[in-house]
Amino acid sequence: MQGEMTAAVAEPVARDEPLLKVRELDKHFGPVQALYHVDLDIPSGQVTALCGDNGAGKTVLTKCIAGVYQADHGQVTWEGHPVHIRNARDAARLGIETVYQDLALADNLDIVQNMFLGRERLRSGLLDEDSMERAAAETLAGLRVTTVRSIRQPVASLSGGQRQSVAVAKAVMWNSKLVIMDEPTAALGVVQTKMVLDLIQRLRDRGLAVMVISHNLNDIFEVADRIAVLYLGRLVVQAKASTFDRQSVVEYMTTGGLGRTGGRRTQES
Amino acid sequence: MAPENAPDLTAAPEAAQAEVPPELVAQTLGEYTRAYVARIRAGESGVLPVVAAMIAIVVVFQAVSPNHVFLSPGNLVNLFQQSAVFMVLAMGEGFALILGEIDLSIGFVGALGAAITVQLVQPQTTGWPWWAAILAGLLACTVFGAIQGTLITRLRLPSFIVTLAGYLIANGLFLEVLLLGPFSGYPNLAGFSDNLKIIYNLMWGSIDPTVSWIAMGVVVVGLGLLIYLGDSRRRRSGLVAPPPSLTFIKIGLIAVVAVVVVLICNTNRANFGTLEGVPWVIPIVLAVLGAWTILLQRTRYGRYVYAIGGNPEAARRAGINLALVRTTAFMLCSFTACIGMLLYASYLNGMSSNVQGGQYVLYAVAAAVIGGTSLFGGRGKPLHGLLGGLVIGGIYNGMFLKELSFQWEYIVTGLVLLGAVTIDALSRRGSASGSVGRI
Repeated sequence: MQGEMTAAVAEPVARDEPLLKVRELDKHFGPVQALYHVDLDIPSGQVTALCGDNGAGKTVLTKCIAGVYQADHGQVTWEGHPVHIRNARDAARLGIETVYQDLALADNLDIVQNMFLGRERLRSGLLDEDSMERAAAETLAGLRVTTVRSIRQPVASLSGGQRQSVAVAKAVMWNSKLVIMDEPTAALGVVQTKMVLDLIQRLRDRGLAVMVISHNLNDIFEVADRIAVLYLGRLVVQAKASTFDRQSVVEYMTTGGLGRTGGRRTQES
Repeated sequence: MAPENAPDLTAAPEAAQAEVPPELVAQTLGEYTRAYVARIRAGESGVLPVVAAMIAIVVVFQAVSPNHVFLSPGNLVNLFQQSAVFMVLAMGEGFALILGEIDLSIGFVGALGAAITVQLVQPQTTGWPWWAAILAGLLACTVFGAIQGTLITRLRLPSFIVTLAGYLIANGLFLEVLLLGPFSGYPNLAGFSDNLKIIYNLMWGSIDPTVSWIAMGVVVVGLGLLIYLGDSRRRRSGLVAPPPSLTFIKIGLIAVVAVVVVLICNTNRANFGTLEGVPWVIPIVLAVLGAWTILLQRTRYGRYVYAIGGNPEAARRAGINLALVRTTAFMLCSFTACIGMLLYASYLNGMSSNVQGGQYVLYAVAAAVIGGTSLFGGRGKPLHGLLGGLVIGGIYNGMFLKELSFQWEYIVTGLVLLGAVTIDALSRRGSASGSVGRI
């Protein structure tokens, strides 16, 4: 794991083959069908926005991809190979990192400690703080996260945008190829939202695949290359962002696009 | 400049200043001091309250104690011996507190382990060698802690209730163990067996004064070199490090404290004859402090204990085995408690049903919190247990000298504990509102 500190550019995948391909994914909790026959493609070097109303199944879908939940049926293909992601460690091994809405940072630990949590470097059995601090500083500098005063300050003292940046840096530190972000701008003010959206664009420019879950149409149209919409557990549409306007996204989110496509799942490239 | 380099407009600059630990932004000693003052104002007081409490105790009791005997070398050594039990128990309790849990059982669990040890070394009955008897006591406590920890983590029972049950069970087992053998419930350490003598010496034995000086020199030089080399290496490679002057002040303080302690201990403190040298209990307490400090601050395991105390969900997502870390922490807690109560057995020259395990666990929690460990989890150091233990021991000792009865000792200790918890809660609220305000 060591020595791979900068997020590497994703390996070239067979042309037209998306980095991650989800087919016919089903997931139910008791009698509730949370996901039904979901097909989703996530290509490298692009930002895919996953939208949907509350309860549409966005978080469940993310958690199935990240290995938190197990899908009942369906296929996941990673770089062209079928894979079975059983837990978060499997996902991390493939290069899938998730930044959850709550960010999962320990407030009492500092930035370096949070970024290396669970993957600390050791030297003769003890924590190698010097090497971790250097690597964390490099990653943050690489993402041009420059507003933190010191990487040894506890996360409790950071602003919302800075926390988001730390969580993203933590995710890309491990040679990840796909970064999933759940509502990254939900709790942020204008300046901080801008900071996070810039960060997302930098990840894309590095060739990473980014999947952003969001309600916020402004953010979606600002960063997304592709848009996919979930409606009541079904993926009703996924296509290039340029083929949508606000009106149509809202329609897909609220009605599943009944008026538009007669309820068919559309698949455009 | 690109927008990502724009200043963080939503952050209140003075608040941010206050919350960043001073050693991070300060380059000179002056800046460091100013940053430290700002941090105290913001509620991040660290060990300052407990140091203030210690100074207050010293001043008050020195003034009121008969013949101003409080600061006499004999009484100071005595004070440390009385505090040692609180200190070690508090360092054990620290493991539970940092996790955001509590262990109410350690008083009697430790007493149970110590009673087993004291019984096993009795020459009339089993006559085990001292080290085997101590290992047996430590093992018994660790197993007890493992059972409690397993119930808490696997069955998700609240630690408060599990360890309350453990308190009662350990109390009963402790009394049963006392009744074994022909000692009428009071197995003691008096006698001529070397094994008894060694356990007795845990508290009452002293190191030869010359050896004390040499050992102190070795420890101070070693520790000083470690700190100096570590800090200067970090400075050279451009990492966050305190200014050089601060490194020297730190090392100087350690040296001064060490010299003063050895000077006090090497003064003859006997009323008749000679009694001098550093008591064994000091290196024992320092060894526990050093071991647990390294474990908590320098190993993965320690990092995980803090992470779980700060945000269990984050720890779980980081792939940390929460159940294992938590269970082990309860085992370490009981293990340390056994060391503490072994010292107490030595202090009492034996074990009897008079041992107040219930009161001692409360003192242990109080000592840890007074020292600066948070009851809300995620914050605390073994050093806090040591400092808090000194405060409680100081109150106990001073009240005893003044011949005030126990009721006043309870009341004063209770008030000090209330003060400590208030500081803990206020500083926590202060820092929480600080960050929420800026999201």
